[in-house]
Amino acid sequence: MNANYFIIAFILLPFLAFFITMFIDEKQEKLISTLTTLTIGTIFFGLVGFVVYWWTQGAAAINLQELTLYENDEYVFLIDFYFDKVSATYLLVGTFISLLIVRYSSYYMHLETGYRRFFSTILFFYFSYNFTVLAGNFETLFAGWEMLGISSFLLIAFYRERYLPVRNAVKVFSIYRIGDIGILLAMWASHHLWHINITFEQLQNYESVQVRLAEHSFVGLFIGICLVVAAAAKSAQFPFSSWIPRAMEGPTPSSAIFYGSLSIHFGVFLLIRTMPFWEQQIIVRVLIAVIGLLTAIMSYFTSIVQPSIKTQIAYASITQIGLMFIEVALGFEELALFHFVGNAFLRTYQLLVSPSVVAYLIREQFYHYKPLNDNKVKYWLSKRFYYGWYLLSLREFNLDRLMSKVVFNIFKKLGNKLDFLTYKNIFYYFFPTYIVGCGLYLAGNYVAPWLHTILPVLFASIALLMIMKAFSERRYPRLAWLLVFLGHFWIALAVSHNEYFGLGELVWYLSGIVVTGITGWYSLEWLKKKEPKLFSLYRYYGHIYEYPRLAGLFFICTLGLMGFPITSTFIGEDLIFSHVHEYQYLLAFLLSSCFVIEGIALIKIYARLFLGSHAKVYHETPLQSS
Amino acid sequence: MVEYMTSQKYTEEVALNHLRHYLPHQNPLKDFINDNVLKPFQDLPFHQAMTNASVLFGYKTYSSLDTYRKLYQEGKINPKILQRIIIEQKGFDNWQLWHSNLVEKQYDTNWYNRLGQLHQIWTNQCHLNIEKEVHSFLFRFVGSYIDQGIAIQKFPVRNKSFLAAIKELECNSFIKIFKSKRVRQLLLHTHSSIKDLLDILVGDEQWYEQYLFDQQFAHAGWSGMVATVETHPEMLLDKRKITLHDFIIFELLLEIDALDRKFGEGKWKSLLHYINLGAGNVEKQCKINPMFAPIDKTELFEVYELWQNAYEWTFYDQALKGLQLAPAQKKVEKPYSFQGVFCIDERECSFRRYIEKLDNVQTFGTAGFFSMEFYFQPEHGKFYAKSCPAPITPKFVVRETEIRKHHHQKDAHFSKHSKNLFGGWFVSQTMGFWSAIQLAWNIFKPSETPALMSSFRHMDRESKLQFECKEDHLHDAHGLQIGYNLAQMADRMEALLKSIGLTHHFSDIIYIVGHGASSVNNTHYAAYGCGACSGQTGSVNARVAATIGNKSEIRAILKERGIEIPENTQFLGALHDTTRDEMDFYDENILTEKNKIAHLHHKGIFEKALALNAKERSRRFLLVDSHQPAEKVHKEVKLRSLSLFEPRSEWDHATNAMCIVGRRSSSKHLFLDRRSFLNSYDYAQDPEGKYLLGIVRAIAPVCGGINLQYYFACTDQYRLGAGSKLPHNVIGLVGVANGIDGDLRIGLPQQAVNIHDPIRLIAVIEHYPEVILQTIQKEAPTYQWFHNGWVHLVAIHPDTKALYKFNSGTWTEYKPLTESLPSTNNLEEILMSTSENLPIYLLEQSQA
Repeated sequence: MNANYFIIAFILLPFLAFFITMFIDEKQEKLISTLTTLTIGTIFFGLVGFVVYWWTQGAAAINLQELTLYENDEYVFLIDFYFDKVSATYLLVGTFISLLIVRYSSYYMHLETGYRRFFSTILFFYFSYNFTVLAGNFETLFAGWEMLGISSFLLIAFYRERYLPVRNAVKVFSIYRIGDIGILLAMWASHHLWHINITFEQLQNYESVQVRLAEHSFVGLFIGICLVVAAAAKSAQFPFSSWIPRAMEGPTPSSAIFYGSLSIHFGVFLLIRTMPFWEQQIIVRVLIAVIGLLTAIMSYFTSIVQPSIKTQIAYASITQIGLMFIEVALGFEELALFHFVGNAFLRTYQLLVSPSVVAYLIREQFYHYKPLNDNKVKYWLSKRFYYGWYLLSLREFNLDRLMSKVVFNIFKKLGNKLDFLTYKNIFYYFFPTYIVGCGLYLAGNYVAPWLHTILPVLFASIALLMIMKAFSERRYPRLAWLLVFLGHFWIALAVSHNEYFGLGELVWYLSGIVVTGITGWYSLEWLKKKEPKLFSLYRYYGHIYEYPRLAGLFFICTLGLMGFPITSTFIGEDLIFSHVHEYQYLLAFLLSSCFVIEGIALIKIYARLFLGSHAKVYHETPLQSS
Repeated sequence: MVEYMTSQKYTEEVALNHLRHYLPHQNPLKDFINDNVLKPFQDLPFHQAMTNASVLFGYKTYSSLDTYRKLYQEGKINPKILQRIIIEQKGFDNWQLWHSNLVEKQYDTNWYNRLGQLHQIWTNQCHLNIEKEVHSFLFRFVGSYIDQGIAIQKFPVRNKSFLAAIKELECNSFIKIFKSKRVRQLLLHTHSSIKDLLDILVGDEQWYEQYLFDQQFAHAGWSGMVATVETHPEMLLDKRKITLHDFIIFELLLEIDALDRKFGEGKWKSLLHYINLGAGNVEKQCKINPMFAPIDKTELFEVYELWQNAYEWTFYDQALKGLQLAPAQKKVEKPYSFQGVFCIDERECSFRRYIEKLDNVQTFGTAGFFSMEFYFQPEHGKFYAKSCPAPITPKFVVRETEIRKHHHQKDAHFSKHSKNLFGGWFVSQTMGFWSAIQLAWNIFKPSETPALMSSFRHMDRESKLQFECKEDHLHDAHGLQIGYNLAQMADRMEALLKSIGLTHHFSDIIYIVGHGASSVNNTHYAAYGCGACSGQTGSVNARVAATIGNKSEIRAILKERGIEIPENTQFLGALHDTTRDEMDFYDENILTEKNKIAHLHHKGIFEKALALNAKERSRRFLLVDSHQPAEKVHKEVKLRSLSLFEPRSEWDHATNAMCIVGRRSSSKHLFLDRRSFLNSYDYAQDPEGKYLLGIVRAIAPVCGGINLQYYFACTDQYRLGAGSKLPHNVIGLVGVANGIDGDLRIGLPQQAVNIHDPIRLIAVIEHYPEVILQTIQKEAPTYQWFHNGWVHLVAIHPDTKALYKFNSGTWTEYKPLTESLPSTNNLEEILMSTSENLPIYLLEQSQA
């Protein structure tokens, strides 16, 4: 029982500190940094003591069934925590590095605008980190996963008045979100596989797990692949690698903690944590190894030709993570853990001292320079190949372009075809259709059975269309917002047609949406009234400069509407998936696509209106390239 | 500004020269020098230049109107001064009107500019964010080409010129740089000129030049770097042949490529189409303002001008009053304990004050290269480092020999193995753990690392310096003479002593103190060094000057020239580290027995003064408790130079505002709060202004350059400063950028200027106004600084103490409005009371 208090403290203390910092005045630098350092310092020493004690007691895994947030006959949503050697390693490393970083930053950030915001975000990140590392089931893990994504967005866009950080923050957030499909679908499949909300502890029961998986080998494979996608996105593995250097936009310590060391290793964590799912799936193991190998080779090549120090370190770091993937695939998860620890420390330090590289390397050049001798130039294989290899590596194997082309341009193009979705059309066509849909739902048994199989897919498709339009909408922010908002209702309708979806569940799902959706709408309305000429999605407007409070409110609404774990909608999302049958892969895919794209569409609305270089130029403003 | 009218005809040479003129010229990081970032406008009067720079390029050249009004309300702009300035400039009758304009009238304070109008058409009319498409690869590519040592695999064709290298790659690689076949054709076969490419993109010669301005100023950092490397290839140790012309060709090709990719080869229209589009359709038509059309000064800019002047003279006025209150000259009664020659640098201002307070000491200030201009080559060094003000090109080299410890120590964290595939695998699992310990150690107990930039490592103190040229005209491979011959030494020593007025009353030991700084994790470390030594440490110059001064042959020559240095007088070279407040002395073993004993005593005085100086500086470091005893504070101050997490190991030149040229006795009675450059000069020994010319020649570009760089980093941190240094990423060892896709940043980071007030430098020279005028008029570039008001100039009449303000070629008498100044005998209490700027105080205990 004592152990439980410790584990809860590891999660709650950072959150408490985060909450307090939100109310401290920006000028109180000392108070903010002391509070943060004390919190993480206390946890560090508590943790060390706890781990030592736990070790002497035999290091048995601890499961902590914490909180049942929702329960009905067939479905339980519970927050569950789990502590074993993997969590212990990640917690120790994470806390130690965080402690060093906050101490470092308390001087480094001195006099910087956004001092408090920085520490609040770091605390929020640290809270999410612990939450994820200690997660005992998929639901908990997913909540932590989402929070990591948001804290990452906030830290990359720390310099929110500049174009590049904001653009890159949206980019990284989008890729995270794609990874989230993986977890969402894995959760869904796993739910049907076990018919209970399975905890990671139960997964350790090797025999029963393997028996069940053997019976449903396809589901097992499906889960495995979903997990690999999620892990690859979070750890910047192939083909997602290109986001990692672009995330280096915040103050150096935050880049170090996030992308050098902690956040970037979550893919490895996910794989180790969910090993029982894919251990016996040779295809998944091969897939992991191949992804790891491809990443290792490509990012190694990329890192050695880059003329910028942070890009070089970033790619060097994911090269090692690629190797960790291989280690995990080969079953050496302990080696991978050890490797993680070393890599995390090394890259943190390298990033922190990266400004020193100027003094160091210029001195090296000064004392050891050897001029290039033309006759001695040797090309690897052939000149043609060498040049090609060089250009390809310099361009990061075109992965960045690939990502935006393959994924986002498709959405954008599809969305552009949906220009007929205007206020008027929504009102004239979609409203009546929706009412018909509701009517059909109420008619229940009178509807032909074949309709019941088609309608959910149809309605989910309509939802997806609306959300895609919201994603590609450039002119009317309110229309985009409305489309996402209505999209949720279509989703609810789709699921209601699929299976019995009780009113209670509907309330769980829609209550958060209604509240945040309407508040968000009125925030937009208000902003439009104030700034009628500077209100569209064509460019970044940076309204946060003049309306910081409104921006804060709207940001929370955005989070609510995308089902972030602050409202009941987060649980509702999960509920919805529990009503998708295990054979309905199409429906599951449609729904998860909705969740992913709506997240991206919403964060874009927020970023375009409130972040970026301020549209008003009565003060100094940065150029796009700065 | 070059007189210029938009011509219908486009000439490449004219356009490129025009671009080169306006691009910011900033050296690669290793030679970072404080310089006026708006130098291209220096041929205009200051306030006109501020207007033009802002209209042309959107630079924010003043503080915001609200800031001025707030300063006024807080009393930091003196109402009386404001009144006087309005009346002077606008006439008595208009005083009420302008006063209300300044204080309450509403203005459209947006910083509109003419830049980017053409380039924006791509985004607005064609919906292609061309900058987003092009910049990222452009920066990365040119960065790789110029890279001085970050990349482990270097650019493959770096012996060829930039354009030739691109052609070589495009021809011989299986991966192409450009996707469009047409572009490849344009590059490889047509050998297109800039004009040919502009024909495709713009289509109307009238706009060609303006288009290039839009394009290049969208990333002024990189373009400026290219232009700098083109004109000064020696700035890069590993040379590259790159020209602005090649760079522009490459960018134009990339732009055509981006458009071809988006719309299909040749399926898009040039800008001309959009400019002329729909004469009747107002909404779609683009009205382009010609970039270099005449610029009118708006009322708002006149308001800024008045505010800025009032702000500046509020500070100057009290300082000038203070200088008038100098006590009468006393005869030297007892010989000084010792004398010290320091750098003009305002960071030495307080240090000198403490030394003078602790003992009967005379101090001097002069440009910190001590008239010894040369290149320095440390042992094992493959290159030279310039050790004199940037505008001077020395013909001499001084070599270091017989060092004990190699200058370059290794650190595995910067090694390339950690980035290897398997090397990294091994390193991360072994050294990774060591990093954790090292990091924790450095955070809780900072200590020296190989990456430290320490002024004491600039030259090995036990080494020998080869500065004597025994055989005449011994030259090295670059045609530089190795060391000085006797005559050259004597000339330099004479210039040094006469310019500071040290020609009699020599004490037994005369310290020549160069200065440098220490910092770690600092990309702009060169900005901390001695400006008069091109950002290097002044230790070599100090040591050379002292050794030359001790030579009996030189003294014999000097005696003929009227400077008689007593036999028992000895010069001693020293170094003051302004970050750590530590000193080192060179060649102490040459001292006579008697002087050795005295030197030991002096060292104690220096030690005390250093600690007190550190304490005084610490009031500006908010995270250090300055109320502790000096020794304790000193320890904390020293730690700053070793701490990885300290973005401001010292404040460098922040708060600088004045430069006093005159006898020390004329300013010794004042507390100047480390805000003034101090150059010793005795008008009586230089009636014709011969040495004064040398002084103003240095102070205008060096002190004025420093001052203006601080000024502009304050007013516009995004375009004229480097912004916050916290997210900076080192690119190719030549510059820093934000993140990985950003443009190179110019100017000073925000962390350098937090406490700085953007006011221009005022140079106060103690001499007869007519002599000063004759002197500064001798050299046009120097004169321009004063004539156009980029540096204020005031003469203080040596006999009457009357003040004369220089105004575009004429002197007018200036009567300070300040009636009296507060005086104090307890400076420490005042210092500890606030971390803000302090007013000028009269020092009661002054022994002047």
